[in-house]
Amino acid sequence: MPPSSSELSLVRAQPRILRRLGREANPGDLIFRALAGLFATLVLITLLVMAVQMGHASLPSLRRFGPGFITSTEWDPVRDLFGAAPFIYGTLVSSFLALAIAVPVALGVALFLTELAPTWLRQPLAFVVELLAAIPSVVYGLWGIFALAPFLRDHVEPGLAKSLGFLPFFRGPRQGYGMLAGGIILAIMILPTIASVSREVFRAVPDTYREGALALGATQWESLRDVVLPFARSGLVGAIILGLGRALGETMAVTMVIGNRTEISASLFAPSYTMASVIANEFTEATGDLYLASLAEIGLLLFFVTLLLNIVARLLVWRVAMPSRAK
Amino acid sequence: MRQVSASGYGRRRLTDALFRWACAAAVMLALVPLVSVLYYTASRGLGGINLAFFTELPKPVGEPGGGMGNAIDGTLKLVGMACLMGMPVGVLAGVFLAEFRASRFATAVRFAADVMAGIPSITTGMVVYTIVVLTMGRFSALAGSVALAIIMLPTVTRTTEELLLLVPGTLREAALGLGVSKWRATLRVVLRTAAPGIATGAMLAVARIAGETAPLLFTAFNNRFWSRGLDQPIASLPVQIYTYAVSPFEDWHRQAWAAALVLVLLILTLNVTAKLLVRHRVGAR
Amino acid sequence: MNRRGFLFTLLAAQAAWLLLGCHGSEQKPTPASGASGEPAQAGPVSLNGAGATFPYPLYSKWMAEYNRLHPDIMINYQSIGSGGGIRQIQARTVDFGASDAPMTPDEESKAPGKLVHIPTTLGAVVLAYSLGGVPELKLDPEAVAGIFLGSITKWNDPKIAASNAGVNLPNTPVVVAYRSDGSGTTAVFTDYLAKISPEWKDKVGVGKSVKWPIGIGAKGNEGVTGQIKTSPGSVGYVELAYAMQNSLPMAELKNAAGKYVKPDISAITAAAAGVDMPDTLHVSITNPAGETAYPISSFTYLLVYEDAADPVKGKVLADFLWWAVHDGQKLAEPLYYAPLPGPVVGKIEGRLKTLKAAGQVLLSKP
Repeated sequence: MPPSSSELSLVRAQPRILRRLGREANPGDLIFRALAGLFATLVLITLLVMAVQMGHASLPSLRRFGPGFITSTEWDPVRDLFGAAPFIYGTLVSSFLALAIAVPVALGVALFLTELAPTWLRQPLAFVVELLAAIPSVVYGLWGIFALAPFLRDHVEPGLAKSLGFLPFFRGPRQGYGMLAGGIILAIMILPTIASVSREVFRAVPDTYREGALALGATQWESLRDVVLPFARSGLVGAIILGLGRALGETMAVTMVIGNRTEISASLFAPSYTMASVIANEFTEATGDLYLASLAEIGLLLFFVTLLLNIVARLLVWRVAMPSRAK
Repeated sequence: MRQVSASGYGRRRLTDALFRWACAAAVMLALVPLVSVLYYTASRGLGGINLAFFTELPKPVGEPGGGMGNAIDGTLKLVGMACLMGMPVGVLAGVFLAEFRASRFATAVRFAADVMAGIPSITTGMVVYTIVVLTMGRFSALAGSVALAIIMLPTVTRTTEELLLLVPGTLREAALGLGVSKWRATLRVVLRTAAPGIATGAMLAVARIAGETAPLLFTAFNNRFWSRGLDQPIASLPVQIYTYAVSPFEDWHRQAWAAALVLVLLILTLNVTAKLLVRHRVGAR
Repeated sequence: MNRRGFLFTLLAAQAAWLLLGCHGSEQKPTPASGASGEPAQAGPVSLNGAGATFPYPLYSKWMAEYNRLHPDIMINYQSIGSGGGIRQIQARTVDFGASDAPMTPDEESKAPGKLVHIPTTLGAVVLAYSLGGVPELKLDPEAVAGIFLGSITKWNDPKIAASNAGVNLPNTPVVVAYRSDGSGTTAVFTDYLAKISPEWKDKVGVGKSVKWPIGIGAKGNEGVTGQIKTSPGSVGYVELAYAMQNSLPMAELKNAAGKYVKPDISAITAAAAGVDMPDTLHVSITNPAGETAYPISSFTYLLVYEDAADPVKGKVLADFLWWAVHDGQKLAEPLYYAPLPGPVVGKIEGRLKTLKAAGQVLLSKP
C-alpha cells in the first residue's frame, strides 16, 4: 500500500532507525490503523458475504435461464417463465427520474441553508428538512395512494398531456399510478439524504474561500460556482451516490404507487415495476424453487446495476476532478 | 476566476438574483410534500395517542383501547443494538477510507459501501434470515438488529469519510507539529471537528432504519406480547404500522397512523439529542 | 464535562435497558404431563406462527382470547404471506404455519416431517367496484371472465347489460385492479376463473401470482381497495372484510346453480357445506353446487406437524386448535369470517386426535 503524503512527511521527520521499525512511529498508531483497517475489511466482507449468498440463492434460475434472463420480458409464475427486463427498465427510469427531480432541489435547499438563509432560520429549516427523512417509507406509500396519485391524476397529468403530449413520455391512459408517481415519491424520499449531506459538505468549506472570491468582486452566485462548488465536488458526488443508492433499493413506498405492471412503456403515465418492488411483492408468497431463485437473481442483478452505476459515476468524477484535485 | 467587466455587471447581478430565487423556490418545493405528509399523519394519528398507547399491548380488533407499548420498546431496542454494531464499524471504516484514500484496498471498500447503499432492504433481510435465523433456528431481535446494522453501514461510512476529507489539512498538521501522535490527532482533532457532520450522517441512517419494515419481517418477526429476550421475536413500530395499515379495519388504521406519528416524533427526538451533543460551540454555519 | 456526562448517562441507560431485555430463552418446561385437558407446563409457553394475511384479524382475536383464558400461554402470529408461512414451517423456525392455498405435494415433501392441514375458517373473495349511480350489479361468469381477460372494456358492454336489465350502465372504461403481490386471494380467485372459463385456464392459469392480461397492480387487499376507492370505473377482487369495512359495493355473482348470490356469511358456509371434505382436510370450494352457495369462497388452513418436536408446545398447540374449531368459531362472524360447517368440524376432531409427540397422543378426548 503506498503511503499517503501525510504519512511520508511524518516518517521522513523521524530518525532513520525508527523508520526501520516500521511505518508507524508508536504502538498507538499501529493499533489504531489495525483497528480501522479491520473495520474497513468488515464492511468489505459484509458485502462479499451478501453477494455470495445472493448468488447461491439464484443458482437454479441462473442455470435455467442464463443471460437471457436479463433481456426476457416474460414474468409468468404459473408457467415458471421469468425475465428481468421490465424490472431493470423500471428501476433505472424511476431512479433517474427521482435524481433529476431531487438533485437540483436538494442542492438548492442545501445552498439556501448554508449561504442564503438568515442565521436565525438555518437551524429550524435544517430540522424541517431532516423531518422528511424521519417519515417511514410505509407512511409515504400510504400518502402516495391517497394523496399523491389522485392529485397527479386529476391535476398534474392532464396538464402535462395537453402541453407536452407530443412527446412519447406524456401519452397514454392516466391513472395517477405509474412511473411518474413512483419517480416523484422516490425524489421526495431521497431529497433529505442528498440535501443533508450536501449541506454538511458546504458547511465544511472554509469561509476564507468564499470571502476571497467575494473580496475579488464576485457575486455570491459566482463565488459559489467558481470556488465553493469545485471544492465540494467530491462530497456532493458522494451525497448524490448515496441518494441514488437509496432510490435503487427503495421498496415499500414505490410499490404502492407505481402500478406494478410488467410492461416497458415510454410513457411516464404508464404503470411500471421496479426490481425492489417485485422482490417485496412476491417474495413473501413465493413457493417453488425456480420462482424464489428468480427473485433472488433479480436481487443479484440489482446489485450489479448498482455496482455499474457506481463505477460510471466514479469515472465521471475522476475525469472531471482529476486536473483540479488538490488532495 | 473568469474575467469580469463592468459592462456585464447588470447581467451578473441578474444571475445572482435568479440563483437566490431558484434556491428559495427549491426550499418551497421541498416543503410541500413534507407539509402534506405531516398533515396527513397528524390529522389521522393524533386522536389515537394517549397514555395507553405507550404502555399497553395491542388488542384484537373490535376491542377498544390497547396500544403499542411493545412495539415502541422493540423499535428502541432494535435501533439501539443496530447502532451499537453499526456505528463503530461505520465510523472507523470511514476514518480508514479518509486516511488511506489512494490505496486499492480503500477503493474496494468505498465501492463496497456505495454498492451496499443500493441493496434493497428486503434483500438484506433475506440474507440475514439465511445466515442468522436459520442458524439459530428462530426469529430474534438479534437477527433484526444485524439486518438494520448492515443497512445503516454505508450511510455512516461514506458520510464519515467525506466529512473527514473536508477537514482542512492544516488542523491535522498543526496537531502533528505539536507532537501529537497520529491516532490522537485523528481522534481528538479531526474527528471532533467533523463530529457534527458525522452525527448528521448517523441520524440519517437511524431515521432510515427506524422506519424499515421489510428487513424485519423475516428476522425480528413481530410479537404481540412483550418480548422476553433478545433471542426471541420482537415487535417494532414499522412492522406493526404495516400490519395494521393493510388490514380492513378503521380502528386499526387509526392506530397505525398514531404509531406513525409516534415513530416520527421518536426519530426527531433522537435527532435533536444527537445534534445537541455534538454541537460546535464556535462558528457554526 | 456536562455534555460528556450526559452522553455517558444516556449510553448507560440504553445499555441497562438492553440488558434487561436479555432474559434469555423461556424457561425449560417440565416434561411431566398433567390432567387431561390441561396443558402440562410449569411456566409460560410461547408459540410462534406465521403465514397468510387473510385470517390475521381472526387469529389475533383468537390468540388474545385464549391468552385471557390461559394467561400463561402466549401465541404470537404474524402475517408474512402464505408462501412465507409454508417456508417457515418447512424450516421449523415457527411452531405452526398458515396458508390460504393448500400445500402442493412438492411442498409437503420438503418438510422434515408430516404436515397436517387444519381448516380454521372460511372466507370469500368479492368483486368490489366503484361505479357512480350503480349501487347493485349482477355479473355472470362470462362477464367476470371477459372483464379480467380484457375482452370487455366498457361498462355498458352487452355482456354486462344482459344481466342488469333496467340499470343505467355508463359508457366508461372498465379499470381492472389486480393484486401485484402474491396472495392466497389471487389463488382463490384464479381458481374460480379457471373453473368458469376455459380460456382463462389456458391463457393465464391458477396461482398466487399470475400474469394478468390487463389492469393495474396494487399491493395487498388494501391497495386494491384504495385503487377502487380513488378511481371511478374500477373493479377488483378483495376479501369480504375489506369491501364491508370500506363500504364498497359488491357484485352479485351467478353460482353453479344459476342463482345470483350476494356474498354474505350464510352463503359462504353454504359453499363449504356442499363439498365433501376429503381426509387430507383440504379442498377447493369455488363454484360449488348448492342453491345458495357463494361461488368464490375458500377455507384457510393452519399447518402443524403431526409429530410435534416439543411435547409441551405440541400439547398447547393441539389444545388451542381444539378450542379454535369449537369455541373460537363464535368469534368469526363479527369479523366477516364464516364458521366451519358441522361435518367439517367432526373430521377435524378426528385429525386432531392423531397429533402426537414423542410417540404419545397429545389430546385425550372421547
